[in-house]
Amino acid sequence: MIAFEGVAYNYGGGELLSDVSLRLAPGSFHFLTGPSGSGKTTLLKLAYGELLPTSGHVTLFDKTVRGMTRDDVALCRRRIGVVHQDCQFLDHLPLTTNVVLPLTVAGRSADAGNLTELLKWVGLGSLGSALPPSLSGGERQRAALARAIIMDPEVIIADEPTGNLDWEMSLRLLTLLVELNRMGKTILIATHDLNLIRQAKAQVSTRVLRIKDRRLQLAGADL
Amino acid sequence: MKLLSGLLSHDRQADRVVPPSGFTAQLTVFTSAAMAFLAVFALALSMASGRLADRWAGALAGTATIRISAPPDQIAAQEAAVLSLLATTPGIRSSRAIPPEEQTKLLEPWFGPGLPIDALPLPRLVELTEGPGGYDGEGLRQRLAAEAPGAVLDDHTRWRRPLAVAAERLRFLGLLSLALIAGATGAMITLAANAALSANLPVIRVLRLVGAKDSYIVRAFVRRFTLRALSGAAAGTVLAMIGVALLPRADEAGGFLTGLGFQGLGWLLPFVLPPITAIVAFAATRLAALRTLKGLTR
Repeated sequence: MIAFEGVAYNYGGGELLSDVSLRLAPGSFHFLTGPSGSGKTTLLKLAYGELLPTSGHVTLFDKTVRGMTRDDVALCRRRIGVVHQDCQFLDHLPLTTNVVLPLTVAGRSADAGNLTELLKWVGLGSLGSALPPSLSGGERQRAALARAIIMDPEVIIADEPTGNLDWEMSLRLLTLLVELNRMGKTILIATHDLNLIRQAKAQVSTRVLRIKDRRLQLAGADL
Repeated sequence: MKLLSGLLSHDRQADRVVPPSGFTAQLTVFTSAAMAFLAVFALALSMASGRLADRWAGALAGTATIRISAPPDQIAAQEAAVLSLLATTPGIRSSRAIPPEEQTKLLEPWFGPGLPIDALPLPRLVELTEGPGGYDGEGLRQRLAAEAPGAVLDDHTRWRRPLAVAAERLRFLGLLSLALIAGATGAMITLAANAALSANLPVIRVLRLVGAKDSYIVRAFVRRFTLRALSGAAAGTVLAMIGVALLPRADEAGGFLTGLGFQGLGWLLPFVLPPITAIVAFAATRLAALRTLKGLTR
């Protein structure tokens, strides 16, 4: 599904990631941890094709990213839902229009019933006509999650999705992600919140990866 | 064709993904209107100078004048000799002596009405019209010198050539102005499009993140700028055509104005300017958008 093979990434000055190999199997649930600036966001960007590795290979759905055109990358993104910590929206459009944006750009229309159900599922049933700037941090994260999954993607990648949320809201978001994983979605979450990881491990089988000294390690025993 | 159908198809959602941008919208509409306004006048100038060149060439080509200056007691005899000579010269279709009343009329714009032409030592004028094959100018001059020493052949070449050259240059300048206006329109729309693209980089990033292809993003911007340019150019064209229509007619204003404007089907010509402006806007915005997208991360 998504595979890294000997991947390195340089940011101008020095090497940020080195010899990273990773394979996300369908239906798996991975956490990615590491200190700030260790390269978690970079690794996620490599995983959805926004960045190209300096060396090594990143494969998305059996195609190497390096050989993809910009249109190929766009088509891959329709199979990968992405949630950022500072999730961005089209602020001039109401929430429902933002949530269905992946369908819109793909030339498909949203089923009104499914959209209502999705918004209810993420707890935003009454906010469909609200503009994004009027939403709270937690509401924005859940809206971003709704937008990420409306295309029924195979993979969901979340970068510090609970970074701006209180514990109660973080647990609520985690519950949604766990439910999605139970539906068969592959989940990759970058977070430094170890409590969140522990909470997830109690509910679902997860693997925890840690970036240390530019390399990816399997963690877990110490969590 | 695919580009055009994408432009014309009305995708309401795609239109809405780019936030409304009041300033650049007004700038594009105003620029297009102003440029179309100027283009109509450049087109009118070019067409009027073209007509002028044709008129001068038509009026002067194929004719010549023989001017007879002689003492009063010889002038009638020389005129008769010239007419007789012309009647037997090959390549001349017809000839006639210009009567004094007609000469008076020709001089009236310079000397005013009531000119006492009999009191002035004016030369007699004989007008000749060439036949299809033309005549031998040098041979005619020699025969005139022998049979009517006071007669001088003026084949209008020295008048016609600079006038025709001037009119042609005026026409060229009009067309050059049109090309410059098109280029300036493209440049200004490119600047406005670049400003809009820069202001909407977060929107573009969101669209890419959710799987929008570059063509979708480009279409959203191109459609908007093309339609603005089209509407602005249409308004500018209509205003300029009203302005041209209200210009004084040549016959009312005297001989120096040459009738700047359009005639007959020529009035339809300015209507090609709005579509051309739209095509320029389409190309300029598309290039700007593709360049911006290529500069972004994937």
